[in-house]
Amino acid sequence: MAGHSNTDYETYYVPEQSKLAIWASLTLFTTLFGAASVLNDQTFGEPGQETNSWFIFLVGLVLFLATLFVWFRQTIIENRAGMNSSQLKHSYVIGMQWFIFSEVMFFAAFFGALWYVRNLAGPWLAGEGEAGRMNDLLWPGFEYTWPMMETPQDAIGGVGNQITANNGVMTGPERNLSFPGWSNVGHWLPLYNTIILITSSVTAHIAHLALLKGNRKGQNLWLGITVALGLAFVYLQYLEYHEAYVEYGLFLNSGIYGTTFFMLTGFHGFHVCMGAIMLLVQWLRSTRSSHFTPEDHFGFEASSWYWHFVDVVWVGLFLFVYIL
Amino acid sequence: MGAHGPAKGLMRWVTTTNHKDIGTMYLWFSFAMFILGGAFAMIIRAELFQPGLQIVEPEFFNQMTTMHGLVMVFGAIMPSFVGLANWMIPMMIGAPDMALPRMNNLSFWILPPTFALLASTLFMEGGAPNFGWTFYAPLSTTYAPDTVTFFIFGVHLMGASSIMGSINIIATVVNMRAPGMTYMKMPMFVWTWLITAFLLVAVMPVLAGAVTMMLMDVHFGTSFFSAAGGGDPVLFQHIFWFFGHPEVYIIILPAFGVVSQIIPTFSRKPLFGYDSMVYATASIAFLSFIVWAHHMYTVGMPIAGELFFMYATMLIAVPTGVKVFNWITTMWKGAMTFETPMLFCIGFVFLFTVGGFTGVMLSLAPADFQYHDSYFVVAHFHYVMVAGAVFSMSAAVYYWLPKWCGKMYDETMGKAHFWISFIGFNLTFFPQHFLGLAGMPRRIPDYALQFTDFNTMSSIGAFIYGASQILFLFNVIRTIVAGKPTSEEKTWDGAEGLEWTVPTPAPYHTFTTPPDVK
Repeated sequence: MAGHSNTDYETYYVPEQSKLAIWASLTLFTTLFGAASVLNDQTFGEPGQETNSWFIFLVGLVLFLATLFVWFRQTIIENRAGMNSSQLKHSYVIGMQWFIFSEVMFFAAFFGALWYVRNLAGPWLAGEGEAGRMNDLLWPGFEYTWPMMETPQDAIGGVGNQITANNGVMTGPERNLSFPGWSNVGHWLPLYNTIILITSSVTAHIAHLALLKGNRKGQNLWLGITVALGLAFVYLQYLEYHEAYVEYGLFLNSGIYGTTFFMLTGFHGFHVCMGAIMLLVQWLRSTRSSHFTPEDHFGFEASSWYWHFVDVVWVGLFLFVYIL
Repeated sequence: MGAHGPAKGLMRWVTTTNHKDIGTMYLWFSFAMFILGGAFAMIIRAELFQPGLQIVEPEFFNQMTTMHGLVMVFGAIMPSFVGLANWMIPMMIGAPDMALPRMNNLSFWILPPTFALLASTLFMEGGAPNFGWTFYAPLSTTYAPDTVTFFIFGVHLMGASSIMGSINIIATVVNMRAPGMTYMKMPMFVWTWLITAFLLVAVMPVLAGAVTMMLMDVHFGTSFFSAAGGGDPVLFQHIFWFFGHPEVYIIILPAFGVVSQIIPTFSRKPLFGYDSMVYATASIAFLSFIVWAHHMYTVGMPIAGELFFMYATMLIAVPTGVKVFNWITTMWKGAMTFETPMLFCIGFVFLFTVGGFTGVMLSLAPADFQYHDSYFVVAHFHYVMVAGAVFSMSAAVYYWLPKWCGKMYDETMGKAHFWISFIGFNLTFFPQHFLGLAGMPRRIPDYALQFTDFNTMSSIGAFIYGASQILFLFNVIRTIVAGKPTSEEKTWDGAEGLEWTVPTPAPYHTFTTPPDVK
């Protein structure tokens, strides 16, 4: 870089004043404050005419989403008006990359918890090794298996027999959603979900290749297919949850198996929804407003990176939650 | 970008995208939190002035220790260094602003409502969080007050703020350096912040995961931290400290950066061993990810775990030693002068080293069984947090204040601030080593009679230290309002770096066209 002189540099666009940040901050705060109040059954105001916490939460959420919409719209307008130097565009690229890295670390916490429970805490609770010495006293009769169909609480005959603190009923599930054996694999939804999500990553990539060639039609088609596959995944995930609750007796509070199963797949499903919305926005931009050129399509690229990321997380889930 | 100055009135601060405005807001906010967290500390020390319960109930005492820790770590120290990063990094690397200016403003404006909410839990039914700043389950789940829900979402918000702030810093440092400003020419403060930002992006999401698991355990019947359902409360400690140990380097690395800027200036010599400083910082950051369980030696880990975490922890002494020796060698045979920023930095080197040594003591698993959760630990981490982070922050304010506002602070008052803090600090925390070694546990509102003398000394020291911060505030305000104007670009004749090439006070926009760095 030493050979550059100052004139090689385009001006870096610094927006002068913006109300976006304060709106985002206050509405996000309102949303979470409302959510916490809902969870605590808190109400505000005079008896008889209290403000429902749900109202605070929903107002906050709607306004927050509206702020995000305006914010992204603003940045798209700025970019299309040519205000973004190549250097500024690179800032957005770096920002997205590190955002995805932070998401990876968020999932790492939950995968780490799953690993710890399966490899350390579970065997210890069942009396293995030095750390298992309390088994006789606290959880006599508990044996460790994964998926954990019988929790330590079940093993001692329910919450009433527990000499540790009572955190509520934590009964194991009746059935689990792990690999059901080759003969039943045809009815096993996670397999279909895996195929769908991996296919969608491929179609997203094909859409990207079409975009790079300037093939608008191909781009719209393959991007549309990707969004459709994403929605199909979400629908199947809904069916799976429904099945778990109605037929399998598998609930969020079904001990540590239910906990890790629903939290990992749930957060992943939430991220799939976000990714699908992001891709849908790019599809609408492409089909309705003919946005994106082979040289400048960061909105598309960032969304597709995000999509590949949720796909990779799913592969991890499929391995560690469903198969192994 | 035009040559616009700042907008007028309150909206200037609410809608600003300017790195200097945002840096200023961060600095003032963090000082306000420093006073709030300090007030909690004064209540703690007042109660501990003599044995027995005289001022507060034990329940409220727990809320004070918890809130003191949370406010100081997340409200005072972290935002103060983010404020410094906002002000200085663009000026140090020759950038016109931070890379993502609007997100920068969002990172800041998340904090005031969040901390207002956290503080307001003191007045809510059930009281404020009382489970310690480390919020171990099941204290923070099964036995928590209702306000834990607000605490959890508060942590989510702070985490979002930190992650956005860090991404911004990474993008700025990676993408906005002036031509010729190669990585190995960057000022140490920029380097330490780049590495700190990486740590933040890596571990704040893990903290968000930990509090999310708490939320689910508290409200939705999951069993992450409940053995009855097959989970494990110790799991919480692992996840928390996977965040928590890098967190202490998040706090101290920017302080290292500040000290590495200031000591060369007043020694009138370049920093000794710049390259080794960079590598040492990176090594510390790497090691910080594999030492977390040294906070939980007594929890009942397998012996292999104890040994691994013990040796890994002791390794950190190597790069940290490199740093301390480099600072001392920078001063060696330098033409040294002892203005206030330099005094704070020398105080930092001495006292941080004490905190480092007690850290090595604590890293020995067998010895830690004696020290664990005693006042020795309290003394250790206050030597690092206060004499480390807060001293370096005071040094930074005195060092750059003339550049920020174009006025010179009162040197006599600055030196008085240093000496009173130095004496007050050591009087507060040095006796706590002895208390801990003699067996006084931390987080306790009452104690056995034999601990009285050292506790009384400690409380007197704390009041002195607290008072010295009022002097600090007064000096800063007096400088801004009525300080002696200065317009020299280089306030300190030994100072190096791009920030000393811009006019004093620094104009609203600097480096709209990048400088050429030779």
